[in-house]
Amino acid sequence: MILAKKRKKNLMRTKEDVLFDTFNVTFMILLSIVMLYPFLNQIALSLNAATDSVKGGIYLWPREFTWRNYEYVFSQASIMQGIFVSVARTVIGTLISILCTAMVAYAIAQEKFVFKRSVTIIFIMTMYFNGGLIPTYLLMRDLQLIGTFWVYIIPGIISAFNLIIMRSFIEGIPKSIFEQARIDGAGDFRVFFQIVLPLSLPVLATVSLFVAVGQWNQWFDVFLYNSSNESLTTLQYELMKVLQNTATSNGDWNSAQASGEHAANTVTPKSIQATMTIVASLPIICIYPFLQKYFVKGMTLGAVK
Amino acid sequence: MKTKANAVTSQAFPESQTGRVKSFIATCKSQKALLLMTVPFVIWVFVFKYLPVWGWTMAFQDFKPARSFSEQEWVGFKHFAFLFTDDRFLGVLRNTLAQSLINLVLGFVTAIGLAVLINELTNVKFKRVVQTISYLPHFLSWVVAAALISSLLSMDGIINELLIGLNIIDDKILWLGVGEYFWGILAASDIWKNVGWNTIIYLAAISMIDMEQYEAAKIDGASRLQRIKYITIPGMKPVIVVLLIMNMGYIIEAGFEAQYLLGNGQNIEYSENIDVFVINYGISMFNFSLATAAGIFKTVISLIFLIAANSFSKKMGQGGLY
Repeated sequence: MILAKKRKKNLMRTKEDVLFDTFNVTFMILLSIVMLYPFLNQIALSLNAATDSVKGGIYLWPREFTWRNYEYVFSQASIMQGIFVSVARTVIGTLISILCTAMVAYAIAQEKFVFKRSVTIIFIMTMYFNGGLIPTYLLMRDLQLIGTFWVYIIPGIISAFNLIIMRSFIEGIPKSIFEQARIDGAGDFRVFFQIVLPLSLPVLATVSLFVAVGQWNQWFDVFLYNSSNESLTTLQYELMKVLQNTATSNGDWNSAQASGEHAANTVTPKSIQATMTIVASLPIICIYPFLQKYFVKGMTLGAVK
Repeated sequence: MKTKANAVTSQAFPESQTGRVKSFIATCKSQKALLLMTVPFVIWVFVFKYLPVWGWTMAFQDFKPARSFSEQEWVGFKHFAFLFTDDRFLGVLRNTLAQSLINLVLGFVTAIGLAVLINELTNVKFKRVVQTISYLPHFLSWVVAAALISSLLSMDGIINELLIGLNIIDDKILWLGVGEYFWGILAASDIWKNVGWNTIIYLAAISMIDMEQYEAAKIDGASRLQRIKYITIPGMKPVIVVLLIMNMGYIIEAGFEAQYLLGNGQNIEYSENIDVFVINYGISMFNFSLATAAGIFKTVISLIFLIAANSFSKKMGQGGLY
């Protein structure tokens, strides 16, 4: 019986089908290689002895395996500092942003709220214009946020887009649940913390992921506001500095001398850059495959709007 | 402000002005918690999002940071006039439009093509792996992406090795050092980073197509390519049209991260777009007024495009963005 089924299936697959599928699968494999190769190549480079990498010919596998590059990168005070600030802004920024966004979303999801419409419009308007780089920069200066950690957190607490996504979700929670809690004497703050937040976990997870990835990947606000303040630069910014240095050395980065006197013979800008690239993207690479469905959900949530 | 609650409470008062005000205050009092939840953030949004618009006045002054507002010297449209006679800015304008247009067209075609091909994959597991891999670059920062790209394109990078090995070029090329190549490199980088992610919405559209259509077409003897041409593509059409129109609204927003990070002194004639120009003039050269003028110009143009695209989309019966 299985044989008969197989034969039927084979009969339905024409020559064209086979040709198409072969082409398609081959194409997809090539595509996956193109997507992954740059990354795998950097991993190989970061695990290969820097003096050996200069000879070229490192593709997917290190030739002279070593942890030296990682040891060097993790021994740099500026990089450890950068990792610390990156982690701090990701954790603190995400927590604050999610809590505040959810709170406003809860308020504007309430039918009875007097300012429901006006508050919603005030936030949505911000999707269509912005003051621009220089006025924003001067505002941060006037508010004395430049040179502080909070310049990474406060200006981005609420994004209108995330607010709308959360509001839509909260509006979908059955009203009767709120009503019951109110009859039992719960105020809005209690309803929000004890009922709405736990019920909104799926959307909170999705939005948190986007906020966290955004925070981790951010380098521009560091460049703008804290580039002269070494204790507050992030990992991405440190990588950018390395990148700009190697880029200006005319692409011929092998001949450039490594910074740090003792390390001059064992690491090169090329190996440092490769190692830092891996360190800067590793957290995302590690969590991404497991949380992919939440990311995709966020994309479709946004599209529905 | 005419909510249900307001209407109900106002019945208790005479329909006079004072009654209305009183009932409004009473409603506010009863909603103290909701007000507490929103008012701080309304203040926040005014300070951080609306207040900077006031800074646009800078574009009409010879702004000096040390002076107070009343001491600034007003110069009218001087900075705008300068922009449109400045060769550098005209080049910047050309770069902005060219980069956006190339990214828009290529980004669209590749995402639609990839979505169709992914949809045709028969092995579910393989399909999922391909999707996971192709979405990944979207989540890396542009700094990481720029590091990867500049490594690929360096003198001893794999692109040079590959092209020499295939006898396409004779000598190694410093890709990021030749301005003419920049638009192409930018488009390729953008596709590498985002094509997988952009297929999601098209795949969602394809999944809405009725499977019976495919069955019927199969019975009628339609080939694989015919099914793609006559069922899949037409089925995606509404989504394609909406996204195309919306993206037209963002035509001038080509981003700045890739341009800034991959740009250098040798390719600046092709890499510098309006946003990078604003950074270079405003942040590096402290010419606040000129940079703000360029920024305003961009915001106004992009707002016009957005409104036009939106009303066009409404006319087409596709529903607008707002």
